[in-house]
Amino acid sequence: MNIEEALKEPKKLTLEDKLFTVKYNAAKETHIKVDNEICKKCTTNRICLTICPAKVYELEEGHTEVHVSFENCLECGTCRVACTDNAIDWRCPQGGMGVCYRFG
Amino acid sequence: MDEETLKFDAIVVGGGPSGMCAAYTMAKAGMDVAVIERGEYPGSKNLFGGILFTTILNKLIPNFWEEAPVERNVISRKFSYLTEDSQLAVELKTEQYNKPPYNNTFTVLRSKFDRWFSEKTESIFNENSFVFSGFTVIDVIKEGHKIVGVVTDKEGPMYADVIICAEGANSLLAEKAGLKKKPEPHDMVTGVKEVIALPPEIINDRFALAGNEGVAIEFFGKAVEGMVGGAFIYTNKESLSVGISCSIVDFTHKNINPNEVLDKFKEHPSVKNLLRGGETIEYSAHMIPEFGYDKLPDLVSHGIMLVGDSAGFVNTSHYHEGSNLAMASGVMAGETAIIAKQKGDFSAETLSLYKEKLENSFVMKDMKNFRRAAKFLHANPQVLNDYPTTMVQSMVDYFTISERSKVEIRKDVIGGLIMDVKFIKMMWDMNKARKVLL
Repeated sequence: MNIEEALKEPKKLTLEDKLFTVKYNAAKETHIKVDNEICKKCTTNRICLTICPAKVYELEEGHTEVHVSFENCLECGTCRVACTDNAIDWRCPQGGMGVCYRFG
Repeated sequence: MDEETLKFDAIVVGGGPSGMCAAYTMAKAGMDVAVIERGEYPGSKNLFGGILFTTILNKLIPNFWEEAPVERNVISRKFSYLTEDSQLAVELKTEQYNKPPYNNTFTVLRSKFDRWFSEKTESIFNENSFVFSGFTVIDVIKEGHKIVGVVTDKEGPMYADVIICAEGANSLLAEKAGLKKKPEPHDMVTGVKEVIALPPEIINDRFALAGNEGVAIEFFGKAVEGMVGGAFIYTNKESLSVGISCSIVDFTHKNINPNEVLDKFKEHPSVKNLLRGGETIEYSAHMIPEFGYDKLPDLVSHGIMLVGDSAGFVNTSHYHEGSNLAMASGVMAGETAIIAKQKGDFSAETLSLYKEKLENSFVMKDMKNFRRAAKFLHANPQVLNDYPTTMVQSMVDYFTISERSKVEIRKDVIGGLIMDVKFIKMMWDMNKARKVLL
């Protein structure tokens, strides 16, 4: 990077832009399972939708079940702790798969 | 190693600093060690804010900084309180930290550093020791009460006399082994971070540094929307580590996404210009255990010891020390395994020597000393919010230039302070804060 560039105002990044900087080794199978039966009686105000730093959990319009974009997961494990209903079965992805930090 | 059944003296689950310190210690004593790492390579799953404390590492590998991929040696620690539009900061910068061993404080990028440490450890391994990368351990193998091995998702079972569980903040294996329960939201902190690239000349000029000198800046208050936690900027060689970390219970109560908090922090007028022109080259997220001394898991059982983040060894005060405690616990678990092997006894009784070692070291002494820090800050939000915010505004008023006499201004400021804050309550709180935080 040259000095001129380094003096520019930084670009505003969306979360999608940020996730684009992350290297993933794509796993075929999900490492996250959500028990939608428990979700129906959610007592956490659907905290998974808010708290996940990679927005893995989304509620699509017209759907009642949470959609899980497991391929975006940064493997922090926050969802598992935040979901005090224990509806999220989060496991480590298959060996060698998932997020692969280049800097860390 | 027994060829047919894949049996080692010790299996270390997780190739981070605590696990590698255990492996290094045992390998030096000639033991057969297997390190099982779930990432593509050790370091690929690992993340922290960016400061590695290295008193333990420097004992294992003297003058490691001459060969390890460290970024910068930290000569300056800055603590900064942010309000909506102002900043009040204290900076300690000293040449005393600018010579070996550099106050054992270095900025580091974990993917590079942990990989180096793993290679360094492998270089002293005997022919029966290995680092297995790309293997996820999914369960322990029990014989009666004793843990005798692990199951991975690839090969068959692997056996060992002792398992050292160094799997990190997400300690699913320790839960399966019955050593701890699933953590509660107030037990854990979540951090998100961006590595922001900038030319080294710009970093040096912007932060008043030369050569390989680095600075660690911690931010509180508005930096994290008043939550219990903090934000940080650490200087690497050609990038900045910029992030925030707060308690999961706070994110939950505020119903706010960690990335939004980070974006707001980056927009603060006192922060924005430090990041100017930078290009985000990696976004990342990780948890930090903050359950503290009073909620530590069972550290030892028959054939297993917990080290590092899976044990919860993090100093939750303003020291933000985790890596050093992790590495110390790894070394002590390794030393205990060596003695257990000599005795041929890996029972919980023999392995409890590990707990004794911890108790006699800075690890447990610091864990004990700061045991009430996080709880106090959660129970007394005024300490990180109302009091400092009022103080900053009083200083802004005090230094506001006008044609009023300084005596009048001072009277107003002090009068305002007394009106604003319940003075005796504040003194009382701050005295308590001093006791639990310092």
